[in-house]
Amino acid sequence: MASGFNYVAYPYRHVADQDAAEPAHHAVIVAGGGLVGLTFAVDMAVRGHDVLVLDDNDRVSVGSRSICVAKRSLEIFDRLGIGARCAEKGVVWNTGKVLHGDRLLYAFDLLPEKGHRFPAFVNLQQYYVETFLIERFAELGRGELRWKNKVVGVETGEDRVTVTVETPDGPYTMTCDWLVAADGVKSSVRNALGLTFEGESFHDHFLITDVVMHSDMPVERRFWFDPPFHGGKSALLHKQPDNIWRIDLQLGPDADREAEMREEAIVPRLKAMLGPETAFTIDWSSLYTFQCRRMERFHHGRVVFVGDAAHTVSPFGARGGNGGIQDADNLAWKLAAIMEGRAGETLLETYEAERVPAADENILNSTRATDFIAPKNAAMELFREAVLGLADHHAFARAFVNSGRLSVAHKCAASPLASPDEGVFAGGVAPGWPALDAPLGNNWLLEKLGGDFVLLLVGHDPVAFAGLPLRLLALEAGDDRDGLIASRYDLATPGAYLFRPDQHVAARFRHPTPEGVRAALDRAMGQMQ
Amino acid sequence: MTATLDTSPRLKRPDDVYQALMDAQKTMTAREADLFRARLVLLLANQVGDDDVVLAAIEAARPETS
Repeated sequence: MASGFNYVAYPYRHVADQDAAEPAHHAVIVAGGGLVGLTFAVDMAVRGHDVLVLDDNDRVSVGSRSICVAKRSLEIFDRLGIGARCAEKGVVWNTGKVLHGDRLLYAFDLLPEKGHRFPAFVNLQQYYVETFLIERFAELGRGELRWKNKVVGVETGEDRVTVTVETPDGPYTMTCDWLVAADGVKSSVRNALGLTFEGESFHDHFLITDVVMHSDMPVERRFWFDPPFHGGKSALLHKQPDNIWRIDLQLGPDADREAEMREEAIVPRLKAMLGPETAFTIDWSSLYTFQCRRMERFHHGRVVFVGDAAHTVSPFGARGGNGGIQDADNLAWKLAAIMEGRAGETLLETYEAERVPAADENILNSTRATDFIAPKNAAMELFREAVLGLADHHAFARAFVNSGRLSVAHKCAASPLASPDEGVFAGGVAPGWPALDAPLGNNWLLEKLGGDFVLLLVGHDPVAFAGLPLRLLALEAGDDRDGLIASRYDLATPGAYLFRPDQHVAARFRHPTPEGVRAALDRAMGQMQ
Repeated sequence: MTATLDTSPRLKRPDDVYQALMDAQKTMTAREADLFRARLVLLLANQVGDDDVVLAAIEAARPETS
C-alpha cells in the first residue's frame, strides 16, 4: 500500500480464558471487530459496559472499502467521541454530479440547509474509522479486544450462549449472556446457527480501485453513465483523504476475474479515464459482484445480528456501513438498559422491529440503483437508454436517473417505541425519527442530547418534571440563536420533545404533563400498555 | 381523494393521434421503435403527473388474463 496509512498488526495474546477448566463467562461477546462491531463495542463502553470483542484477523480493514460516512453516522460517532476526528480527517462533500457520456445531466446538493454540525458526508477510508474506534475503545478502558480469535461454534441455551473460538493456540470455549454477531456478510455465527440469508445476487462485476494522485478536481461524487473513456458502462470517481481517489468501473457480467485483476489490465483502464498525463499509483483494488440479502429475523434469543451479518446491500447509496452503524446505535442502549434491569427483554424485540424496515429500505434503494446501473433484462436496458436520452434534454427524466440514492437516517416511522403526538404539530420531527441537529447556544442540539433520555422543553417550566428518570433540557431565551430549533421542531409555540438514548424522538407534547411524559418513557423502554 | 385512471374517450381526434403514432414508427427498426415507445411512455407518465394514475395505468396495460 502506497497510502499515508500505516497498517499495524495488533498482537494476538494468549489469555487465561483459554486455559480455564470451566468456560469463562462474559456478559456480552461481540463476534467481529469491524466497523459495526467496534461501533457497538464503543457504544457499550460509553454506557459503562464491558464487552469482549473477538476478531478473526489482526488488523483493520484492508483497503478503503466503506468510504462514505453519512451525516447520521458522524452524529453517532460524535456521541461516541470520534465525530470530530472523523470530520477533521475526512474529505467533506455535499455535492454530486451525474454525467451521461461527457454531458452533465444534473448536480445535486445533499445538504442544502445550514445549521447542522456535520456535513451530508465525509469520505474516510474504513481503516481510519476502525482505527479511531479501536483507539477510543482502549481510551475508555472498558472491555477487551482479542485479535486472531475466530468464532467457529455457537450453541444457544435458555439463559446463555456457548461460543467456541479458534486461535493460533487452538480452540477454547466461553459462555456469555448475549452474543452480538457483527461478523460480516459471511457470518460464522449465522452459519453456525444454520440461519438463512435470503435475497438476490447481481451478475455484473465492478472493479474498485484506490488510486493515489495529485489532482485539483473538485471534491464531489462524479458518476458517469456511458463515459467516453469506458463506453457502455458506468464509472465513479470520488476523493478520499491522503490524495486517494476511489474509482469504480463497471465491467459487465462476463468479466474474466483473474485477467481483470492484473495490473496490466487495470492501468490502461485508469489511464483512459484520468488521461495519459496524470501520474498515479494503485493503492488497492478489488473486483466485486454485489448482492442484496437479509436474514428473516435479526434477533434469535440471546444472539443479535448487526451490520452485514444481518443484511447486505450493493454499495450504490453508501447504505452498508451507514446502515450497520445505525444498527449498533439502535441496539446498544437497549441492551444496556436490559442488562441494568431498567428494561425487560421485550425491548430487544424492538431492535428487530425498527431495524428490519431500515434494512428493507436500504435493500430497496440499493436494488433499484443496481438495476438501473446494471440492467438485468432487455426491458430494463431499453428504459434506461430512454431515460438517459431524455435526461440530456428534459429535467423530468433526470429524476429517473439512479446512480444510488444516498444514505439518510432511517426514520423508524412505525416504531413500537413511539407515542402518538399530544397536541398538534405541523411538520417538525415526528416520533420515531432521528433528531435533527441545530445550533444551541454556543453548542449543538445533538451534543446536548448525548446518549440519555432527554426531555427538551420550550416555554414549559422544567420543575414539574424533576422527578422523572431522564435529563431535562429547558431552552431559555436566546438559546435557539438562529431560530432553527423552533422551525425544525415546530416549537415556535411552547412544547416538549422526548428523545431516546439514540437521539430518536420518542414522543412530543404541546402541553406536557409528568404523567404523559412518564407514559411515553415507559413505552420507549418497551413497556407497552 | 386519489385520482383514478380515466378510460373513457378523452381525445378529440383519436384517428389523427393513432396515425401519428403509427407514422412515427413506420421507418424505424424494431429497436428504434422500442426505444421510441419507451420514451413516449416516460414523457406521458410525467405529463399525467399523478403517481397513482400512472400506477393504475401500468396495471391496466398488463396482458389480460383469461
